[in-house]
Amino acid sequence: MKKLVISIVLVNLLAACASQKPNETTAVPAAPATSAAATAPATASAVAAKTAVDPLNDPTSILAGRSVYYPFDVAAVQDADKPLVQAHAEYLSKNAARNVRLEGNCDERGSNEYNLALGQRRADGVMKMLELGGAKAAQLDSVSYGEEKPKATGHEESSWSQNRRTDLNYAK
Amino acid sequence: MQKILFTVLGVLMLLHTSMARAALSIEIIGAGEHQIPVSIVPFGGDEKLGLAINEVVTGDLLRSGLFRLVDPAGKSPHEVAEVHYPDWQVRGTEALAIGTVSTQADGRIVARFRMLDVVKQVELIGQAVSAGDGQIRAVGHRIADLIYEKLTGNKGVFSTRIAYVNRQGKMFSLIVADSDGHNEQIVLKQNEPIMSPSWSPDGSHLAYVSFETGHAAVFVQSLYTHQRKAVANFRGSNSAPAWSPDGKQLAVVMTRDGSSQIYLMRPDGGDIRRISFSGAIDTEPNFSPDGLSLLFTSDRGGSAQVYRMPVAGGAAQRLTFAAGSSYSPRHSPDGKSFVFTHLSGGRFYISVQDFQTGQMEALTEGGWEKKPSFAPNGKLILFASEARGRGILATVSSDGRVKQHMFTQSGDAREPVWGPHL
Repeated sequence: MKKLVISIVLVNLLAACASQKPNETTAVPAAPATSAAATAPATASAVAAKTAVDPLNDPTSILAGRSVYYPFDVAAVQDADKPLVQAHAEYLSKNAARNVRLEGNCDERGSNEYNLALGQRRADGVMKMLELGGAKAAQLDSVSYGEEKPKATGHEESSWSQNRRTDLNYAK
Repeated sequence: MQKILFTVLGVLMLLHTSMARAALSIEIIGAGEHQIPVSIVPFGGDEKLGLAINEVVTGDLLRSGLFRLVDPAGKSPHEVAEVHYPDWQVRGTEALAIGTVSTQADGRIVARFRMLDVVKQVELIGQAVSAGDGQIRAVGHRIADLIYEKLTGNKGVFSTRIAYVNRQGKMFSLIVADSDGHNEQIVLKQNEPIMSPSWSPDGSHLAYVSFETGHAAVFVQSLYTHQRKAVANFRGSNSAPAWSPDGKQLAVVMTRDGSSQIYLMRPDGGDIRRISFSGAIDTEPNFSPDGLSLLFTSDRGGSAQVYRMPVAGGAAQRLTFAAGSSYSPRHSPDGKSFVFTHLSGGRFYISVQDFQTGQMEALTEGGWEKKPSFAPNGKLILFASEARGRGILATVSSDGRVKQHMFTQSGDAREPVWGPHL
């Protein structure tokens, strides 16, 4: 896990170097970090890395959460998941190049067609919240898989609760 | 309740043909109240063909629940002159089917068959039935239809076809098969979901939902040329296609303007008009036989229930009020009732409701039972069920008396729909 995080950080640093050369001079406010570097070089480079990393790839960020869950036959985002959706809205508003697809899913109760409609309503509900939170319509797309692509295949609540879900699927 | 486990062996005789893929076992539960005793003598001539046809005819008649098969027990007349009526009266048979079958030089199978009224000692049917090379089952189904029609007064449905989706892991197949589940043909196979097959009224095309473009889109495909076209592929979901009785319109559910709403279009995707404006989920439209109204599922009242609205647009009327939710309504062929899925207390039931009285009746004991559709004669209802942990096809007679389960070879059978008379 740790290894993975580090390599992601490195990849992002490299990406940042490659694509943002013209901006290097404007990156001056990182000065406090450089002064800290004098006393503790290792910590300093870690801090520098952290500021450059895409928070979407930070496993400790709230943005690491990519799924919203629902009670049976409900499509409204629940209070517990609202901070997650709002954090993604904020991220999208600051990162206009990023696109996300909302993928609505349902448990297997109800008809397949009703569940397709319910999954679409779930995905569209998240999409609307993202838009209200500052994301642009062009960054967003929504689909429903209804009950057709269950994550858990059991026929009881422990599976169903995992399948009543909207996934935020960022384009690579 | 008697329970007969009936394994179709006829398929073993056809292993050299492509029809052999569909090894099904069929389980019949229950029986009609007044079963007509009939004897079917394996046809003479080409005896191997005769036995194969006999297998199909007797299987069809048994599954209907309306007949009791009386064993010919050693007697095998093939011509009227060879029939000694007292032999059959003693056995309690009321109708006797005899005949011969042969293969012509061009490969066509020709069966000449007669059905005799044993009590009145008269001929009820005398007819030749033929089919192309290898289509033994088609000959059997046609003969079973003739017998059924003569003895019950209702048109037989053994020669009709069904469509369903088979899911095996992540692989989905759209399948068309004979009404007994045999003679499977794969219409489409892909590793994205397929849903909601719907027959054109003339049986020449299927409309269905495919996720191959990354989201739900409606396709129409010819069963003859296999040409297919995406007719609704707008943002969000496009689904639940239903044909008008004249075949000139499709009702389709789309989310392109917001929530799932019902639209009409031509089967080529042209001339799109929105006809429902609820802002709720409106889905699963189904045309009345006169083409004037639609049944559909809506949650506009808070839970999913069955509603009816004029095709021309206008106010919808709620039809189901029982506790729980109701889904997937379909008209009976005579337009007097509708069948639907009723979810109550965690169990799905196949239920029917009479339009005039509003009376609702559960036809099944409940379980995992979804997506009912009437046979074109209105006497049987096909639905998706579950047994031994697998999705299977099942039928129930419209009076709820006779049930049968059809097990496909592997995978989960889902989304069945009974096709029209051809």
